[in-house]
Amino acid sequence: MASSKASRLGEETRMDKVNAELVVLTYGTIVAQLCKDFDSDYVEVNKQLDKMGYNIGLRLIEDYLAKSNTVRRCSNFRETAEMIAKVGFKIFLNITPTITNWTSDGKQFSLVFDENPFADFVELPDDGRAQDELWYSNILCGVLRGALEMVQMQVEAHFISDVLRGNDTTEMRISLIRYIDDELPPEDD
Amino acid sequence: MSYYFAIIGTQDNPLFEYEFGTSKQGGDGQPRFAEQARHLNQFVLHSSLDIVEEVQWTNGQLYLKVIDKFFTNYISCFMTAGNVKFLLLHQPTATAGGGGGGAAAASTRNSTSVGANPTSPQTEEAIKNFFNEVYENYVKAIMSPFYKVNMEIRSPVFRQRVTAAGRKYL
Repeated sequence: MASSKASRLGEETRMDKVNAELVVLTYGTIVAQLCKDFDSDYVEVNKQLDKMGYNIGLRLIEDYLAKSNTVRRCSNFRETAEMIAKVGFKIFLNITPTITNWTSDGKQFSLVFDENPFADFVELPDDGRAQDELWYSNILCGVLRGALEMVQMQVEAHFISDVLRGNDTTEMRISLIRYIDDELPPEDD
Repeated sequence: MSYYFAIIGTQDNPLFEYEFGTSKQGGDGQPRFAEQARHLNQFVLHSSLDIVEEVQWTNGQLYLKVIDKFFTNYISCFMTAGNVKFLLLHQPTATAGGGGGGAAAASTRNSTSVGANPTSPQTEEAIKNFFNEVYENYVKAIMSPFYKVNMEIRSPVFRQRVTAAGRKYL
């Protein structure tokens, strides 16, 4: 079964580790600084995080392919989802989000994060707006968008709930827009 | 037994305050300070900051035990490594009205409860446990990227945890 193979790949890939608190504080500082720079315009902060993630994703995919020994293309989007959750997230963040809520056409799914290493200790600002507007981990959406674009998949990713906002789960929705046929030069974003 | 707990920042600015009562010996967790005394508590607590500065270098401990006494108000102190002070004012029950005369009666009646004798080893230990738990949660609260040094701690989660620690140990 493809799914167990993906889990094994994720487990087997050895990565250098860094201190979790370093990650939490570094990422937290970036978000807090963005909030400050944009005068708490959280919509803009979300956009910036997504853009930063996109630029990370464009390069991270190379690292992913080199380290994970995935020699073969994914045959369908379901398999892609498995590889994202069980290999990608596993080797870079050491978490395995759960894949759920597939649409019947197999083009949209949700990743549910049981734990989010970025969000330890975090409490959103209590200005009454952050809870409704800021997607704290929005960089991840950009990373997926950037990485998948480099392997000929145009996707749209966004968070639909976050425990930091008081929701029960942290859930990201990913929709496949199309497979990119020709290799286009990445847009100058 | 009533308690008034405050966290004082490095510029001697208050960061957090919380009033509560004992939950031991059938206490309901409500403070029994007299209305005038509640304002006075803040002064009493802050005036003990001078003594904190005197004793903080005398031993290497973070927990400085009871450092000050004002009539029946006892002040315990805990210094964090970052020079933030946790101060706890504790006042035995019978003297909640503010008079000094009731102290003797209270000590005979409630002699077994935590805090009836504010300088006993049991009380010291209970307060130490309380401080340690608050310290742990304080560290988590200030690790939030949206918190800045010496900013007031507004986190409702932190307040809940302090409440829980108070209920558990005091």
